[in-house]
Amino acid sequence: MRTAILPVLLSHRRVRNPLSAAQVVLFLCLCIGFVMIAYPMFWIIMSSLKTSREITTEIWSLPTTPLWRNYVIAWRSGISQYFLNSMIVTISTILGVIVVASLAGYGLSRYRMLWTNLVLIPIMGGMMLNPQVCLIPLYRILTNLGIRNTLLALIVPYIAFRLPMHTLIIRSFFLAIPREIEESALMDGCTGFQIYGHIFVPMSRPILVTSAILTSYYAWNEFMFALIFIDSNRYRTIPAGLMNFRDALQVDYGPLLAGMVISALPIMIFFISVQKYFVRGLLAGSVKG
Amino acid sequence: MKSSCRGSSLEPLLFTLPCIVMLGVFVYLPLIQNFYFSLYSFSAFSPNKLFIGLENYRLLVDDPVVRTALINNVRYAVISVLIQVCFGLVLAAILEDKSFKRVGPFFRTVFFMPVLMSISVVCLLFGFIYHPIDGLLNQFLEIVGLPFLQRPWLGSARTAIWATIAVSQWHSTGYIMMLFLVSIQKIPEELYEACELDGAHKITRFRVVTLPHVKEIFFVASVITVTGSFMVFSEPYILTRGGGPGTSSITMAVYLYQSGFFRDMMGYASTLAIVIFVISVVLAVFQAMVFRTGKE
Repeated sequence: MRTAILPVLLSHRRVRNPLSAAQVVLFLCLCIGFVMIAYPMFWIIMSSLKTSREITTEIWSLPTTPLWRNYVIAWRSGISQYFLNSMIVTISTILGVIVVASLAGYGLSRYRMLWTNLVLIPIMGGMMLNPQVCLIPLYRILTNLGIRNTLLALIVPYIAFRLPMHTLIIRSFFLAIPREIEESALMDGCTGFQIYGHIFVPMSRPILVTSAILTSYYAWNEFMFALIFIDSNRYRTIPAGLMNFRDALQVDYGPLLAGMVISALPIMIFFISVQKYFVRGLLAGSVKG
Repeated sequence: MKSSCRGSSLEPLLFTLPCIVMLGVFVYLPLIQNFYFSLYSFSAFSPNKLFIGLENYRLLVDDPVVRTALINNVRYAVISVLIQVCFGLVLAAILEDKSFKRVGPFFRTVFFMPVLMSISVVCLLFGFIYHPIDGLLNQFLEIVGLPFLQRPWLGSARTAIWATIAVSQWHSTGYIMMLFLVSIQKIPEELYEACELDGAHKITRFRVVTLPHVKEIFFVASVITVTGSFMVFSEPYILTRGGGPGTSSITMAVYLYQSGFFRDMMGYASTLAIVIFVISVVLAVFQAMVFRTGKE
């Protein structure tokens, strides 16, 4: 049953762990999975450098000459604005979530009173809540506040809906900080806000970075609010903007694919480079939610 | 000393106030308003509301589109649990196996990459893949000699929902896989070694060591995927232009959006939101129960 040659080839010193037929089959399956995942991603990049005619007629072949013009067209016909809007929304959401959630996390971890426990209930409940449930009333609230169809219509709800999870993550990190540190600061006459700003925030940098990365993932990719709360093309973020872009370009596939690459690639490279924090955050978020 | 410094009871309130206000105004107020809105008939741009009592709920029960949408959400949930959770677990176990030590990290990163793509980019990509004539999928079937399998994947009422579900699997399986990977990495190596000394087969090892250790994350992952399946919006909205052909691939969230913003039936949309809310509460309670029993 065992393949005799592969183990010899693959293990240099001695046959500790001979490869069985099953392992070879599994490896082949992984390779098929690899093609199914990686080829479409490669295809976007490859096709974004082709003419629209090449994209539809010679779908498998590499571009004859790379057509960088697609990227210029995409950037000039709207993607630059969407990109800028996405940056503004994402950075503002991160700042808002980090500041508000860490303040609340501090308040809820350092002062144990009856009401702090009561406040925890709606925060935990908020994690379970599906944003779609709030869609219709939220639309009206944003309209009445006069911020619908501005970037604030995204930033404010994004912060609100991310708060429960990040408050809980940051709070559980704060709970682990020893009381002695805080008490000695109190002896020195520090106020609560000083302890928060000078001790807790610097000490919890890893969890704050994790929160920031997780929030950026959410704010960069959120689609439904971005589609509904923004009407004018000027304020669209990338996910909803791409829909406009598609409709405006019709069959001009080259620039559309280039636009897709511009909106996906930089952020993917960023996330892969901070993968460690990202995965830790996904786990922290999921276990609690 | 301590008590004198902490005398002010206003301070803790100041810390939590921004959070409470944000949640109150933008999360809980809309939630409560929904119940009230669902008793009215009104339009997005007029201030007048007409009280109609439970009429919206009566409409809901008789609405065949609601049934289609719920069935599609359930299909989403079943397939997602099978592929993302069950298959994701197997994938994670394979990648963490010693014999794949060298290639594991590479595959892991690649399988995780779709998660990092925004769903709208993924859906636009699959628009190209599913294209009836020039699409990658139909062209591929032609090349491998299976042209009889070709079909307008998104254009046919029979296949549209399944093609849409497939996109979500492509996008999210890596996410669940990563959750399992991290929890498998936490299993002490000795347990596997002890098993190996006993001469246990790999599948036995998976059953005896891996499965019990990932039980908790398995439940978490199932709840995340099922909850997510009842929230699906972007995929049908983009791929089948709002749940087409007809309403064959509609989901609750898409129907909520269409009722509110296309047909301008904001009251009815609020009623649909209540249905989604009830489903998510039931799932949350179920999750809490499972966790309580799991902790004993």
